[in-house]
Amino acid sequence: MNRTKGDEEEYWNSSKFKAFTFDDEDDELSQLKESKRAVNSLRDFVDDDDDDDLERVSWTGEPVGSRTRPGSFQSLSDALSDTPAKSYAPELGRPKGEYRDYSNDWSPSDTVRRLRKGKVCSLERFRSLQDKLQLLEEAVSMHDGNVITAVLIFLNLTPACLPEILFRELEVRQIALRHLIHFLKEIGDQKLLLDLFRFLDRTEELALSHYREHLNIQDPDKRKEFLKTCIGLPFSAEDSAHIQDHYTLLERQIIIEANDRHLESAGQTEIFRKHPRKASILNMPLVTTLFYSCFYHYTEAECNGTISAHRNLRLLDKQYVLTALAARAKLRAWNDVDALFTTKNWLGYTKKRAPIGFHRVVEILHKNNAPVQILQEYVNLVEDVDTKLNLATKFKCHDVVIDTCRDLKDRQQLLAYRSKVDKGSVEEEKIDALLSSSQIRWKN
Amino acid sequence: MAAHLSYGRVNLNVLREAVRRELREFLDKCAGSKAIVWDEYLTGPFGLIAQYSLLKVNELFGQLLVIFLRHRLTLLLRVDEDRRGPTRDFHILFVPRRSLLCEQRLKDLGVLGSFIHREEYSLDLIPFDGDLLSMESECAFKECYLEGDQTSLYHAAKGLMTLQALYGTIPQIFGKGECARQVANMMIRMKREFTGSQNSIFPVFDNLLLLDRNVDLLTPLATQLTYEGLIDEIYGIQNSYVKLPPEKFAPKKQGDGGKDLPTEAKKLQLNSAEELYAEIRDKNFNAVGSVLSKKAKIISAAFEERHNAKTVGEIKQFVSQLPHMQAARGSLANHTSIAELIKDVTTSEDFFDKLTVEQEFMSGIDTDKVNNYIEDCIAQKHSLIKVLRLVCLQSVCNSGLKQKVLDYYKREILQTYGYEHILTLHNLEKAGLLKPQTGGRNNYPTIRKTLRLWMDDVNEQNPTDISYVYSGYAPLSVRLAQLLSRPGWRSIEEVLRILPGPHFEERQPLPTGLQKKRQPGENRVTLVFFLGGVTFAEIAALRFLSQLEDGGTEYVIATTKLMNGTSWIEALMEKPF
Repeated sequence: MNRTKGDEEEYWNSSKFKAFTFDDEDDELSQLKESKRAVNSLRDFVDDDDDDDLERVSWTGEPVGSRTRPGSFQSLSDALSDTPAKSYAPELGRPKGEYRDYSNDWSPSDTVRRLRKGKVCSLERFRSLQDKLQLLEEAVSMHDGNVITAVLIFLNLTPACLPEILFRELEVRQIALRHLIHFLKEIGDQKLLLDLFRFLDRTEELALSHYREHLNIQDPDKRKEFLKTCIGLPFSAEDSAHIQDHYTLLERQIIIEANDRHLESAGQTEIFRKHPRKASILNMPLVTTLFYSCFYHYTEAECNGTISAHRNLRLLDKQYVLTALAARAKLRAWNDVDALFTTKNWLGYTKKRAPIGFHRVVEILHKNNAPVQILQEYVNLVEDVDTKLNLATKFKCHDVVIDTCRDLKDRQQLLAYRSKVDKGSVEEEKIDALLSSSQIRWKN
Repeated sequence: MAAHLSYGRVNLNVLREAVRRELREFLDKCAGSKAIVWDEYLTGPFGLIAQYSLLKVNELFGQLLVIFLRHRLTLLLRVDEDRRGPTRDFHILFVPRRSLLCEQRLKDLGVLGSFIHREEYSLDLIPFDGDLLSMESECAFKECYLEGDQTSLYHAAKGLMTLQALYGTIPQIFGKGECARQVANMMIRMKREFTGSQNSIFPVFDNLLLLDRNVDLLTPLATQLTYEGLIDEIYGIQNSYVKLPPEKFAPKKQGDGGKDLPTEAKKLQLNSAEELYAEIRDKNFNAVGSVLSKKAKIISAAFEERHNAKTVGEIKQFVSQLPHMQAARGSLANHTSIAELIKDVTTSEDFFDKLTVEQEFMSGIDTDKVNNYIEDCIAQKHSLIKVLRLVCLQSVCNSGLKQKVLDYYKREILQTYGYEHILTLHNLEKAGLLKPQTGGRNNYPTIRKTLRLWMDDVNEQNPTDISYVYSGYAPLSVRLAQLLSRPGWRSIEEVLRILPGPHFEERQPLPTGLQKKRQPGENRVTLVFFLGGVTFAEIAALRFLSQLEDGGTEYVIATTKLMNGTSWIEALMEKPF
């Protein structure tokens, strides 16, 4: 899908996109934004400083040296920012009693080193963009995620560093860029994250990141609407088709769910009375939905396109047959099962065929406790002789075993099987008749 | 003291004691009776460091509330809730270090100021056994290889600095992979900044080998076949504990009639402190049965000895040995039950079918077409992770799948398990586990042949090669370690270039007095650090190499996380927040 830059602008600025805000329920993100705003409006945090005792304990095998000097220092994210723009605002306040150690003259590399050790540091002196970027470069070379994040936060909110400028600079700084992306994901700033992806022209990530949000939307209608906004995003060709299918499926599920819930509560429909629904069909995978439809809505009158609609979602014939088979077998609707495999050729003769091996059909029928006559019929259709014999023996389809042994002219096996059938039964007679028949040229 | 940590060549109790001491110091600083709120992820690893008696948990009406926290934002909302209770003093301990994101969040919630002590406790590497250390960082792989966040590597480097402080500078560092390179650089840099105080400890380790997980993506995907590996695959081992279905462990009492059948899972601790376990854990499962039956005979015979005890002295001696014999018998009973549970799985038809497919892939058969067994698994809606492990295995053994095959699998998976798994599939692609084949060339056969990864005749009972851990497949990562030791990586330059990431060697200078002089016949000690996770089968393989007569090297293993294919893939799945 090709989108021009203009389209994309329009897309991001259109009302549809704005519609994707979260409910006013208590979700983390809105709470966070609220409290950030609240925090920003308070000035007394700076004075109410009980962070003096902040220490750092870490193992050193060395005698107490520079690394474990006790003392007070402020956390980087303490206090608040003077700039009103963004909500998260780490700016360093003044620590109490650390003035001896406080200097204005540290180079970027010193600053970063101190940051890593959690020492007093003011980043305010890095005013120009160049200074800031140098600071960032130093942070990156340290590989310390915490420090890089701190610097990025700092860069992000000062006026000299508007998002576009920041983005442009980060484009060539891969490591810092990755940290920013990770940070934005953690903090849940979806908008900035998407802006960043858009700027970098990382279109597929943009699309995926946007799509990912649907997992957080519980209300089915809202989720459906959101999925609609995902269609046409720059996914790969294959993925675009899947996203479209996702939307279509959910749209359909909402209709089915509403309809069936109504039917169920009305209590008039037999299938729902006999087999009450255990769960809602919403957000279930395609194959599950198909099973559901084949189970509850299979009859002629109700077919009304639901099932063929599912099949239109690029479902393989094979999958459809397996699913329909499972559903009808569960309901012991053997005629329906029969119809699944019967095709009429142009002369009007029927023939049974399956896009899956008949051994699979037999297994599913057996799992659903199909009567022996039905099983027998399908075991007979298994092409591979060994498999056929195996299954017939396993499922006690005597006639098939007998007939197959006869066809294979395998006397020994027939003899062995005789002991497995009931004494005096029809099958036993049949076996005896065969064994004594002079017509058959047994091979053993 | 944890006895089992001292068994190996390197006494890891030293590390454990150091770490405990630090913890006690912090707790002493928070004077008075304490209630402790845990990040539940930490309780396991901490249990390896200190018994709970050290960390007495009082009712929540205690004066102080101490919170142990890993940097996860979701947890902080609960912290806030706690705070709204009756007035308390709060202390917070970040493990392994303070996180700006967390502090920011606490600030936003308006509670940051109420913590009296905010500290960090650098617990990077936790000793699990006499030769095993882990950071238990489950997000390390995803962060390093998918998101380019190298914080875990930083912690790995710090953990290594701690080790060097206790056990001496490691003179030689080898590595393969991007992350390995980063960790080595960090170590060297940290050492430089540590000027002034020279490390005067006589070096215990000769070498450090840093390995990226993505150098060997294959091994964790295959089903492990060692005893410990299978326990982990089937039941999951967490912090040396396993939870098992209780039915087989109910004590058989006369006339009880099963009315007191336990319903809670049976929890067992598994480490080398248990003699029998140490003996069978790393064996191929098929070799465990004979060990158990031999043991049963020995223990039976030992108990029979009571008939031979005639004199008071002899009886006394017998009685004094009873506790040990009873422990041995209990241990045998437990492991016999576990072995039975595992056997139920390994003798099932499905296990056999799955293993057959895995081995076909690993030996290079039919890796380029859609596999019937995998299709059947999807059709029968087996566990998604099981399916993903298999398709990823096929992809890795084919250096990526043909686009048509990949699209086919993807569509079947999305239609059967849900479209939202597009996101997981993307993560798998990014990690290199499930991707389209680029360049049309499959490198795996070359790697397999040069490194002899597939060995046709495996002796599971008395193995002669590391391939016994997967009954035929030699873990690539361990092969690399083996070849580094002898004859050296120069012999496999070409293969190393095919595998991702740089390979390198660094030397760290030692003060002259501390140069290591090895005695004749004395083995080298190599620390192998897996960056991104390691499986028990790989650990077993390295232990096998350690005990070889003429091996020349003993191994200690460190990692970011003890994992298996299932936990690994699970960590890469996208879930709602």
